Amino acid sequence: MSAATTILRASRSCLAQTTICAANNNVLNQRRFFRSQPSYDGHIPLNWFENAFLAVGSAIASLSDPRRGDMIAALGETTAGPALPRLREVMLESREGRRILKDRPRVNSSTIDMQELSALSEGTFGRAYVTWLDRCGVTPDTREPVHYIDDPELAYVMQRYRECHDFYHCICSLPVNVESELALKFFEFANLGLPVAAISAVFGHLRLDSERRSRLFREFVPWALRCGGSAQSLITVYWEERWQQDVGELKKELGIWDPPQARWSKPLSEAKLAAEKRLQTSQ
Amino acid sequence: MRPTTRVLRLQRAQPLYLAHRRHAHTTPHTNVTTEAEKTTHFGFRTVPETSKETLVKDVFNSVASKYDLMNDAMSFGVHRLWKDTFVSLLKPGKSGAIRCLDVAGGTGDIALRILDYAKDNYADRETSVEVLDINSEMLKEGYKRFKKTMYHKSARIVSFIEGNAQKLELPPSTYDLYTIAFGIRNCTSIPDVLKEAHRVLKPGGTFACLEFSKVDNPILATIYENYSFSIIPLLGTILASDRASYQYLVESIRRFPPQSQFGQMIRDAGFETGGDFEGEGGAWRDLWGGVASIHTGVKI
Repeated sequence: MSAATTILRASRSCLAQTTICAANNNVLNQRRFFRSQPSYDGHIPLNWFENAFLAVGSAIASLSDPRRGDMIAALGETTAGPALPRLREVMLESREGRRILKDRPRVNSSTIDMQELSALSEGTFGRAYVTWLDRCGVTPDTREPVHYIDDPELAYVMQRYRECHDFYHCICSLPVNVESELALKFFEFANLGLPVAAISAVFGHLRLDSERRSRLFREFVPWALRCGGSAQSLITVYWEERWQQDVGELKKELGIWDPPQARWSKPLSEAKLAAEKRLQTSQ
Repeated sequence: MRPTTRVLRLQRAQPLYLAHRRHAHTTPHTNVTTEAEKTTHFGFRTVPETSKETLVKDVFNSVASKYDLMNDAMSFGVHRLWKDTFVSLLKPGKSGAIRCLDVAGGTGDIALRILDYAKDNYADRETSVEVLDINSEMLKEGYKRFKKTMYHKSARIVSFIEGNAQKLELPPSTYDLYTIAFGIRNCTSIPDVLKEAHRVLKPGGTFACLEFSKVDNPILATIYENYSFSIIPLLGTILASDRASYQYLVESIRRFPPQSQFGQMIRDAGFETGGDFEGEGGAWRDLWGGVASIHTGVKI
């Protein structure tokens, strides 16, 4: 009996040490000289040189044409580094986050029932979300799938971050113009710590005129950093379970307060175009 | 048991040299094919022969608008030098005005060079070029390019035809010069293209093909290989939001027969070529160590 327990204790401690060593040998110490095989649908494995090349190339492309969503997505994936494993740890530490990792819910127009949400009562999060989508003229469909993250679970975390971006817009009551997007990027960086949020924040404001830029830094950035830093990590929120929750209560639970009044302009044409396309394909 | 050895064993599931071989991106995929359907290669994929044409058409539909930009970016502008060398080797207009057929000539690079060469070197304004391409988007780009030159609206000097290189709906023995630059590797059946070329050329007419080919020098080959498979698909992603088309492009280069074999295929179609060697008097001429190569043949 004692021999068995000794062996069991020894193997358990070895496993513990192995896990620690494996965790240390994680993302930072990887030297991918040869490309691995794809590990999920749409996975494009890159070696370290290609990763660096794409990071620089997508940074330049995003800066010259911010409407290239696929380039901003690529920038996020190639620069993620140790931030994604850290986000996964955060998710694993919360009960709700663990449920998200197990269920792996996706956010697009086939998983979100817009009719159902608009039928909810005024003041609920679901209703607020649909109102926000209509007011800005966007749909939940515009997110590029993840290609360049090797671990399938981390790829899901990245996908979840990208798809929940609109929820962050809604809960912070921010529209989709450039200064609000930047304010939200500062918020996301303070809350989640992804490098792409910092890069977009640091370089994005160069495209603004001086009046909007000064307003951004004077009013929105202090709010974003303070609120984002103190709020609960939004990656752990299972938004799909909270459609019926009251918005004010949700905000209090997460620790978010409203930003200074943002500039709401005409709705974008994305939602209208998507509705027209849906009508065409259904006819 | 020391933890470090266990970690090493966990991380490397098999010896490094085997891992390299397994993960080499140049290894083509293998597919099980039925006896009933004839298949061909589409890059490293194996596809039914009937669908290759559509697949290639899709590739060129999507690359057409950024074709010239991407060519410049991928080859650092060197493709211009290659095309200049190609046309100066052929010397169009030297023995009087000729009728040329530029196949897979989409955006009009070769056609424009032929006309300019004849005009500048031999004061020849009668040489005419017919640009043929299977893809209408590429032809549209070519038409737009020619609008920026003085040859626009000269229908008897330059014309654009939508057609299939394997089945040219053109009369036999019509042309003095048949050129195909960076197009023949996209065709489903190279022997058919060569047979058609032989049919439409006049006796004494020249067949000329500029195409990516095999690099022999091992150092250059390694650099070229890594550049092709790493940088080019990424340039496609960044500049044109289209990785798949450029992945197809680099794979199709690897699938093309090497210089000597292609020279033999040209001879099999009925052309007279130079000897089975490279250079002056040979069947082909290498550019940049074999990255591109020019094959010529004459119809007897």
